[in-house]
Order: sequence, then C-alpha cells, then structure tokens
Amino acid sequence: MNFAIASRILARRYLNTSSVLKTSTSFIKGVKIPFPVALTKRPFHASAFTTSDQLFLHRDTSENNLSIPFEFTEDSLKRAKDIISRYPPQYKKAAVIPLLDLGQRQLGWTSISVMNAVAKLLEMPPMRVYEVATFYTMFNRSPVGKYFLQLCTTTPCQLCGSTEILETIKNHLKIKPGETTPDKLFTLVEVECAGACVNAPVLTINDDYYEDLTPDTTIRILESLKQGEIPKHGPQSGRITCEPKSGLTTLTSKPYGPGEFVRSDL
Amino acid sequence: MLKNSLLYKTCLRTTFVRSANFKGISKFATVQSETPVSRTYGGLKDQDRIFTNLYSRHDFGLEGAKKRGDWHKTKEILLKGHEWIIQEIKASGLRGRGGAGFPSGLKWSFMNKPSGDRPRYLVVNADEGEPGTCKDREIMRGDPHKLVEGCLVAGRAMNATAAYIYIRGEFYNEATNLQIAINEAYKDGLIGKNACGSGYDFDVFIHRGAGAYICGEETALIESLEGKQGKPRLKPPFPADVGLFGCPTTVANVETIAVAPTICRRKGEWFASFGREKNSGTKLYCISGHVNNPCTVEEEMSIPLKELIERHCGGVRGGWDNLLAIIPGGSSVPVIPKRICDDVLMDFDALRDVQSGLGTAAVIVMDKSTDIVSAISRLSAFYKHESCGQCTPCREGCKWLANTMSRFEKGSAVPREIDMIEELTKQIEGHTICALGDAAAWPVQGLIRHFRPELESRMKSFSAKNTDKDLSKFSSAAPGLDAGVA
Repeated sequence: MNFAIASRILARRYLNTSSVLKTSTSFIKGVKIPFPVALTKRPFHASAFTTSDQLFLHRDTSENNLSIPFEFTEDSLKRAKDIISRYPPQYKKAAVIPLLDLGQRQLGWTSISVMNAVAKLLEMPPMRVYEVATFYTMFNRSPVGKYFLQLCTTTPCQLCGSTEILETIKNHLKIKPGETTPDKLFTLVEVECAGACVNAPVLTINDDYYEDLTPDTTIRILESLKQGEIPKHGPQSGRITCEPKSGLTTLTSKPYGPGEFVRSDL
Repeated sequence: MLKNSLLYKTCLRTTFVRSANFKGISKFATVQSETPVSRTYGGLKDQDRIFTNLYSRHDFGLEGAKKRGDWHKTKEILLKGHEWIIQEIKASGLRGRGGAGFPSGLKWSFMNKPSGDRPRYLVVNADEGEPGTCKDREIMRGDPHKLVEGCLVAGRAMNATAAYIYIRGEFYNEATNLQIAINEAYKDGLIGKNACGSGYDFDVFIHRGAGAYICGEETALIESLEGKQGKPRLKPPFPADVGLFGCPTTVANVETIAVAPTICRRKGEWFASFGREKNSGTKLYCISGHVNNPCTVEEEMSIPLKELIERHCGGVRGGWDNLLAIIPGGSSVPVIPKRICDDVLMDFDALRDVQSGLGTAAVIVMDKSTDIVSAISRLSAFYKHESCGQCTPCREGCKWLANTMSRFEKGSAVPREIDMIEELTKQIEGHTICALGDAAAWPVQGLIRHFRPELESRMKSFSAKNTDKDLSKFSSAAPGLDAGVA
C-alpha cells in the first residue's frame, strides 16, 4: 500500500496535474499521506524546453509517415537551386530553413517526408533537419487549414483588445486555438509578437497581415474568406500603413531629392 | 532626548543626502555635466528626416528611391575608403539601433584586422520580434533601397564580401519588397561585381527566418543562418573574429545600416547635431498601446517622452493624467510609472538613469484602465515561450516567472513571494549565455520596483475572499507559507 502511494506521488510529480492527486486522496481515504500536500505539487523540473508549440516527437499517423512520398516539383527545384547558390558551397546546409519553407509551401505543411527530401537535397543527416524543423514555430508539422489564422496576443496587442478578437474568432468559427474547423478551412493559433504593434491588434492569415482589427472587421474578413474572396490586407481602419490615424504629423512636405543637403567634398 | 534628536537629525540628513544624490544622478550621471541644458529636443524638420518614405506614400522601387536621393554619389563614398566611412560614422556618434546601443563606428572598426584569406560578412538583423517594435518593417517596405545601399556602404567600411539580411519569416511581404529592391540594384550595377563602378565586389542576399524571437540575438542569428537551431553561442570568440561560416562577421540592426549612407552624404556632424551628447541622431520611435493615434515616427533623440506622445500620437487616451505607466523601449526594459514619464528624455543615458532603457525605442503606453500585472505577466509568458532552452537558469526560471506571475494576476499568493520572485529574477539575470534571461527578468523587476503596493493589495483582497481555504493549495511555488506573512 505504502509503495503504491509513493509511486502515485512520484507519478504526480512528473505529470503535474491536480486530477491525479485528487483521485489519489479520495481513493485512499483514511490513509495519511506521508508528504505535505503542497510538496507533492512541486515537480523538480518546472519545464522541458518547448520552443515550438507542437509535440517534439514524430508519431506515425495515416497522413504523416515515411511511406508517403514527397518530391520537390520542377519549379521548386529551380528555386531551391537559386537559394542554395546564395551560400558558400561547403555550407549548403545553411539553406535548410528556406528549403523547409519551400517544401511547406508546396505541400501545405511540413511532413516527415518533406524533412527527408530536404535532407537528401542538402546531403545532410535527416536528424539535423528534424532538429531545425522542431525548433522553429513556423513549420507546421501537422496539417493546417486553407487559411492559417495566427493571432498575436502579446502585450501591445493585448492592450489594444486582442483578447476580444480571440473571443470573436473562437465564437465565430467554433474552434479553440490549435484547432481546425471541420471543413478544413481555418486553423487558429495564438502567436507571439508579430512585429506590427503600432497596428495592433494583428491577425496574420497565411502570409498577410490584417491590422487595426475590431470584432466587426474580423468577422467581415472571416466571412469573405469563407466566400472564397481574399480581402485586402493591411490596416482595416482606413490607415495606409503606420501613420497616425488623425493625419500626418511628419513628412508632409515633398521629400528632398538627390543632391540636396549633400556635403560639398564628395 | 538629545541623543534622540541627534539621531533624528542624522537620519534626516542621510535621507536628504540620498535624495540629493539621486537627483544628481538623474541629471548629470552619464551625460557630460558641463553641457548646459539650454536647448530643447524634438520637433525635427522634414528636411532632416532620413526615412522619407516611412509611410509608403511614394514609390519604394529604384526610380522612386533615386528621386528621394538614394544612391546619390555612392561611388564617391565607396572610393573614399573604409577609414573615411568609419571616421564619419564615429563622428556622427551613431549608436546601434537594435537595443544595446553600442557605438557603431567602433564596432565596424573591429572588422579591419587581418583575417587571412577568409572572407568577411555583414549580417543585417531584420528579425524584428521584440514586443512593441515595428520600425524595421517600415524601412523594408517603404525604403528598402536605403537598406541595400546601407549594406554596400557598411560592407565597404568592413571590407566585407557579402551581406546577409536575416528577415523574420512572418515578414513575407516586406521580404518581397526588399528582394525587388535587391534585384533592381543588381540590374542597375549598383551591387554585385564592380558595385557602382567603384571596383569593389559586393553581394546582398536575403535569408528568411522561421519564427524564433531568440534569433534576434547576434550569435543565435548566425547559428540560424548556418542552418541550425537558433541557440546563442558562448563569447569569446566574438563574431568579429569567428562568426558566420567561421569568418569575421558583424551583425547590425536594419536601422543602423540604413542610416549610414545618409550620414556619409550629409556629414557625421549633421547627424551628431541632434540629441544630447553621446546620444546623438534621429531615431524611429514606435508608439503603441493606449494612445489616441499609435504610430511610427522619426524624431530627434532625447525628445521628452511626454512631448513625443502629445505631438505625434494625439496624447494618452483620456489625457496625460490618465497615464499609468510606460514601457519605453520594448518588452525587455523595465516599466516606468507616470511620475517618471512626466519629464524623462528618450535617450540611452536618460532612461538608464531611471533604471530603464531605450532599447529599440518601442514605447508601450498603458493608461489607468490597464491591468499592469496581467500586462507584465503576458511578457513573462512571452519569454517562457521564446527561451531557447539552452541555459538552465533561463529555461527553468522563465517558466517559474510565468507561473508565479499568472498567480499574481489573481493575487493568489503571499507577500513573501514577491521577494522570492525578485530573488529568482536576480538568479536568472547575468547567468545565461545571451541577454534573453536578463530581458525576462527586467520587466518583472520593474513591476516590483514600482507597483509593489498593487501586488500586495491584490493578495490581500484575494486572501480576504478566501479566508476559510488553505492558501497553500493555490500556491505551488511556496509550500508551507501562511497567508499574510510579510
């Protein structure tokens, strides 16, 4: 019995879920637990490092396994050749990130076969490619919907109402972050700073930024995507880029041209 | 009685001296004390702005860029030689715009040591991901030719053979604009073999990243560019000795590189005439958060923070008195409360004197409606997500910070934990290979420094609401602590 309790507690330390503890206390009614409750709540390691959001391991599934072939198309190979030529010949593997991106663009996501194809093309051990593909968040190692919605929720966006936008998308599409709609049209994820804080809140759909969002404009964008139209990206508030919305405070005059204000001794 | 009063007086005096010292520090510490504070800063004229197409109102292509004075007499600048360019940059007092503020002229001069037959590389850091920062994006989509020309001029100053521009992967459209600019420049003979007809060969390449904040750190960026996980390298050897592909390398921010040609054309003294001494130049400020008109704007260095917000952003939402706090330089620097914001200047030294920093000049404004604990807690979650996992203090510490901060949001903690978390930040700070650990620690330190009463009052009201319950069950970090133990 004591051994069972101890092993439960050990398991609890690794699992770090309160449910296990609750069941264990109710299950063993009347038996005094030898450790203070709070202590058992404290795992030795707080974290395993997870840079990418997804599972680190590869698990063979029906859509992602080694027997599904992947070949770069002619066009992709031409691009790949161009990318590889940017790096010194003995450092071909520097092209691994651009090539994984190329593969992802061709297939829609980065399967194990894409990684292997990149490894073959760059003559590097597949493990080195897996390392890279698991480290960077932009490689989707599971299929995503046609429209990949990435909502920034970091502080500057949070201050401008990204939580509201998140709720809007969740309610409108009936999915939670990390999920795909049943029609495989939308996948929603929360991302860290998208780098357009002045235009917060920001939603990235595939490669385009939709900025200055409100719940209304968000729904409008989602609806027109459902219709198969891609709305104009950029600020949705009528701004052109990052200027003050009330009108320009700077750069109102004609920009100075060549030769103006240039030193005389050149 | 006498003793008592004497003691009392001494106490008084110490406090007085201390506050006087503090005032002294805030005014004169790192800036030269003989500089009279006679001029005011801010109100830059359009003719002195470098990024004239910041808002993409004009053509970003080669023709438009040439009309705005880019690529004018670049050949003559190149022919002056590397020492001349570095001298101009040194005279301009340009400090790196990526956050650390290292003098650029000095940094570039490290590259001109003999390197044998190894090539030299310039790497431009366009992996802009610091929360609050969005200036490089505007440069790349509005003024990409300034960056390409800057690569050539800075590359010449370092005698580099090629420049790699590392753009974050999410900036797809920006990378497209930049690639168009590079292609145009190649076609026009401005870069490539015999660049601008100067007899100097120089290539510019784009490398797109794939979504990792840590790759903004220079050695992590080099690792990533070499096709590995973006995990920072131990220094030394510094990149100027062994960098990209084992060759001497300098990593510089987009803004630093893009201002170089204009500085060379208009003289270093022109650039140095803006801002306070040792903080000279013009700077792109990104003001986000609770202001009426968030925007990116080029202004003079040392502009008062209040003026920057009132002049360009239409003021804080609900008026200046509605201001709670400001993060003046991107997520990595400590927050400063309103009383400091009232008269602080936006430059490296003034902000360092108030225990914050200029960073990337990304001003995040928070008004009184903000849940400041939740705002900082979100930043802790950000650093937890972005820690590369290489150094234990950062990998484990960031998780602890994020966990504890999320409990602080609700107040389900005991006041002693504030000191514990502060000690935890001290154990992360300075004990990691790169500065991400420090960056994770500073926002929390800033919060505790200025908003401790807020944290304590939350804990008080939470424990008042939960008197009958055992607090330790809400507190996984602090077993055995009783509620209300100060």
